[in-house]
Amino acid sequence: MTGFLALLQDYTIQNVVAGAALLGLISGVLGSFAVLRQQSLLGDTMSHSALPGVCLGFIIAGTRHMGSILLGALATGALAALVMLLLTRMSRLKTDAGLGIALSVFFALGVVLLTHIQGMNNAAQGGLDAFLFGQAAATLRSDVWIMGAITAAALTLVAALWKEFKLVTFDPEFAASLGMPVVWLEVLLTVMIALAVVVGLQMVGVVLMAAMVIAPAVAARQWSHRLEDMVWLAAAIGVAGGVFGALLSALSRGLATGPLIILSVSAVVLVSITLAPGRGLIWAALRLWRGRRRLRDQQVLTTLYRLAAHHEDPVYRSEQGMLDTYHGLGTRAALRKLERRGLVEWGEAPPAEPGPERRWVLTPAGIAEAERILASLNGEEA
Amino acid sequence: MTLSLHEPDLALHVEDLTVSYQSKPVLWDIDFDVPPGVMAGIVGPNGAGKSTLIKSVLGLVPVVAGHVRLFGLPYKARRRRVGYVPQRSSVDWDFPTTALDVVTMGLYGRLGWLKRPGRRERDEAMAALEQVGMADFARRQISQLSGGQQQRVFLARALVQQADVYFLDEPMAGVDATTERAIVDILRRLRDDGKTLIVVHHDLQTVRSYFDWLLILNVRVIAQGPVHEIYTADNLKRAYGGQIALLDETGFLSNQASGS
Repeated sequence: MTGFLALLQDYTIQNVVAGAALLGLISGVLGSFAVLRQQSLLGDTMSHSALPGVCLGFIIAGTRHMGSILLGALATGALAALVMLLLTRMSRLKTDAGLGIALSVFFALGVVLLTHIQGMNNAAQGGLDAFLFGQAAATLRSDVWIMGAITAAALTLVAALWKEFKLVTFDPEFAASLGMPVVWLEVLLTVMIALAVVVGLQMVGVVLMAAMVIAPAVAARQWSHRLEDMVWLAAAIGVAGGVFGALLSALSRGLATGPLIILSVSAVVLVSITLAPGRGLIWAALRLWRGRRRLRDQQVLTTLYRLAAHHEDPVYRSEQGMLDTYHGLGTRAALRKLERRGLVEWGEAPPAEPGPERRWVLTPAGIAEAERILASLNGEEA
Repeated sequence: MTLSLHEPDLALHVEDLTVSYQSKPVLWDIDFDVPPGVMAGIVGPNGAGKSTLIKSVLGLVPVVAGHVRLFGLPYKARRRRVGYVPQRSSVDWDFPTTALDVVTMGLYGRLGWLKRPGRRERDEAMAALEQVGMADFARRQISQLSGGQQQRVFLARALVQQADVYFLDEPMAGVDATTERAIVDILRRLRDDGKTLIVVHHDLQTVRSYFDWLLILNVRVIAQGPVHEIYTADNLKRAYGGQIALLDETGFLSNQASGS
């Protein structure tokens, strides 16, 4: 425990944890809009496309100056988004193909520039390739301030334009009919995602940044029914995942911080997708299974009813074996359940007939239920 | 530049309107007038440009040529007097929000920048939900609503706009019979209050009973005017070509083969 407290007093670790928390905050909030606008991959394209900007920022500044590197990243990230938009508007290219092309071209350009800088033998280039996967430990207090300022600006904008962003995300055409400047609002949302990417460059790097934008929002969506709740929850998940990943990496010397943050957030996604009430996979599977079983019970019941109707005998006794053959599988469990509900009875066979001694008979309640089921089926068909 | 009134006595006046997405025109030289206080239907085959006509009136798609006036002024100057119900399929109904919240969105234009909807807006939205018979579903997640209920929520969102002219894009598409009747009742009540309704419609069988004004469209205007003058076998045939069940002598639809 004292070891853990000492950890928190460590200057470097403070920076890393604060940076990770800020990153989680901004990407959770903006990621919610990106995911709902079905632009998750736009974040991926913009983060990969930040790499040439990082290199250009370095070349222009001549040193590892954070301000110019981030500006460069923002510029090429946004440029890639613009190129993608133009490609899809002007040609027959679909959005996914446009995103893929923009991503790979810009990323390839970034890697070429990176190797070019490494070949320049500039001592200051030390660790520029850290932007690929992030190098959280190199985070300085000044970096944290920059990240904090960007996050504060983005959150202020989201708060001020909340209802506009919400409507543009849900129904852009209606927003336009009200006179909202839809194109500008969409550009603003996109640029802000580029800002989130820029904030994450130092921590998780260009390759993994997309997960940071997508994951908290996807997890939060599973648990929330209102945009307000979703954005708060995504922010909380982002912050928690960021801090947890950062501390984990501090405790286990030598493990990379960025990927640990991504894995922490992804763990939340995994749990949310499987377990979240209503939307979780387990619940969906359970609903499906229950529905199928209920349908099966109903089918067995109506079979009994039809047999009785066919023989013009409301207390017609059906053999278990015959019902199994009829449905092609064992009906015993279903019949037992119907029996517990008082819809069928396990009655005596007529004395003179050959075959098994005991058979299934509908109760009056069973007849009523079967008629109700058949009526509702017919009603739906009509 | 001051705006002078042009055809102020018409709820909607469309002149020489041409719209094209690529090189092929979607709407060609449309002249279309709707007097106030009518329920006007827009019918035509798939790809006739029905939705595009509404969208170009509302400034949602760029116009190659022509102009649009609502009570004499362009749309930008008349925005507060117009209500809009887009096609239900144009949005993702899995969006995390409630029915009440969607209806409140109809008031965002009036609220203006930086203002948040408050109690008053909520009450108005609630009243609109009651009008469409959806008050019990106000807090319901929109993804849990049926198609007809979603359509009614969209209608309620337009009702809170307190408009004079309503544009509705296929409000009866894919809804059950009960919802269709409810929607038609609400639209008739609005018309009886003097509002103008312009409705893209797909079901020719109900045109005569629902509408009192009609535009038959197929890229160009085929015919327009009072429904009893316009809804003729000849006009429909010119719009739909051979791919449609034709009117017989009594005015009812029959399934005659084309060209018979």
